Amino acid sequence: MIRYSALSLLRQGFAGHGGWPRAWRDADPRPDYDVVIVGGGGHGLATAYYLARNHGIKRIAVLEKGWLGGGSVGRNTTIVRSNYLLDANAAFYEHGMKLWTRLSRDLNYNVMFSQRGVLNLAHTDAQMEAFARRGNAMRLNGIDAEVLDVPAIKQLAPLLDTSAEARFPIVGGLIQPRAGTARHDAVAWGYARAASALGVDIIQRCEVTEILRDTKGAITGVETTRGRIRAEKIGLCVAGQTSRLAAMVDLPLPLETHLLQAMVTEPVKPCLDTVVTSGAAHCYISQTDKGELVFGGDLDGYPSYAQRGETPLVEHVCAAAVSLFPAFSRLRLMRTWGGVMDMSMDGSPIIDRTPVPGLYLNAGWCYGGFKATPAAGWCLAHTIAHDAPHDLVKPFALDRFARGATLDEKGAGPTPALH
Amino acid sequence: MMLIPCPWCGPRPRVDFSYGGPDPADHPRPADDAPLEAWTRYVYERDTPKGSARELWRHAAGCRQWFVVERDTVTHEVAGSHPLPGAPRPVGEDL
Ligand SMILES: Cc1cc2nc3c(=O)[nH]c(=O)nc-3n(C[C@H](O)[C@H](O)[C@H](O)COP(=O)(O)OP(=O)(O)OC[C@H]3O[C@@H](n4cnc5c(N)ncnc54)[C@H](O)[C@@H]3O)c2cc1C
Ligand SMILES: [Zn+2]
Repeated sequence: MIRYSALSLLRQGFAGHGGWPRAWRDADPRPDYDVVIVGGGGHGLATAYYLARNHGIKRIAVLEKGWLGGGSVGRNTTIVRSNYLLDANAAFYEHGMKLWTRLSRDLNYNVMFSQRGVLNLAHTDAQMEAFARRGNAMRLNGIDAEVLDVPAIKQLAPLLDTSAEARFPIVGGLIQPRAGTARHDAVAWGYARAASALGVDIIQRCEVTEILRDTKGAITGVETTRGRIRAEKIGLCVAGQTSRLAAMVDLPLPLETHLLQAMVTEPVKPCLDTVVTSGAAHCYISQTDKGELVFGGDLDGYPSYAQRGETPLVEHVCAAAVSLFPAFSRLRLMRTWGGVMDMSMDGSPIIDRTPVPGLYLNAGWCYGGFKATPAAGWCLAHTIAHDAPHDLVKPFALDRFARGATLDEKGAGPTPALH
Repeated sequence: MMLIPCPWCGPRPRVDFSYGGPDPADHPRPADDAPLEAWTRYVYERDTPKGSARELWRHAAGCRQWFVVERDTVTHEVAGSHPLPGAPRPVGEDL
């Protein structure tokens, strides 16, 4: 591996860029490992990296049924934030925020983390009060938050329709200035490269079809499309497929798999340098470094493994986007796509051991798991290495539902599509 | 878009409907005094099948009845629907 630096760029530039080596090894499976991570998305790769780096574990494999980054890590809208109300979520995502701010240096890979701020718009006084409450909770947890009035919002995003005649008049907002976006593919590739350099085997086109256990029920390995692989510890990082993998060991989970879509317009000159979200309009918008405007919205609303959505939601999101930013009505949509979400029953994630000895779970990321990539990898690696949950994820225990200790940010109850 | 056949109104676009969880026949409500595990399973755990599934849907923008839809969660193909036990009879059904 060459270290990426201004000097290596210059040197390769003079050599016509022909000399760059592969960023990571496309490994073949070996018969056994100390830890097998199922799923080569952001979470699986980050977990493998921190297992090797923080815990010195040597023989690690990441098994990916498709290609690296083909899941939701390459499909999301790249928002990174820690603007949570509940203490447990605030502490976990804020740990993540700190990892994000030094991630490019840690990985020696530019993940293009851009702290452009995430602005939540309020359209009613009641919403404004809820925002003030959340903003105060954030500040009490040492997280940056500012309540904004309409003139401040107008200054921040001049194209936003802040007039009283707007379809959804804006009454104020809450911004987390340190929040922002990161380049999603770079996060997958950066973790893959750094993990591979520490000896992690990244094995593609390798689908886990069975989870193997001994007579006492403990994990002994996995059956895959590329043969049997032995390991006494398995970490599940398969996002929307989690229920399917857990069904292999008859473990019912508080999850439902749903479909989420996103879309981008043609690229235009820079016109929006923050992330704008409107819960009431069911729409959020940011501009990529290439100039495309990225629109996202709500779930389609029913269980799906299709990674492909329907047009009414696209129409709804575009209508909302245009009502917020009338100037965008002239833009053409270039692409729409979908991904599958492991929606949990309280909207918060699960990182824990399971009743199956040697099986570790990382799931329930709903539509917010991209920002969690570094912190989830960090905490799951700890949980696997020590066979005990990291302090930050103790509140994300699997048995919290049975105990009545749910972490329901929105108070929406056990209806996954509403989180 | 999926076309969902409401047992009372006939096929209508999916946006008229809302999803409401698994078919109660597959996911029955436990007795009031059932143990905590049974209630945890009922309230929080879902099988979330990949492929053919039986689900509860409501014709929210129509007759507002709840009924069961058989649907494929990978292809989004809708195979059929039927009323819940004890529901009023669909129009046109033999009396
Ligand atoms: C449209 C959209 C917008 C989103 N926007 C945001 C956002 O703005 N901010 C944010 O924080 N989050 C967002 N998310 C959510 C976020 O993308 C996910 O929560 C997160 O990427 C999930 O973790 P992951 O990267 O590990 O998942 P994935 O990349 O999906 O990785 C899971 C991997 O497991 C593999 N796998 C599955 N089954 C098997 C098997 N049997 N054997 C081997 N491999 C298997 C899959 O192929 C896949 O590659 C969004 C998601 C979508 C779809
Ligand atoms: Zn009807």
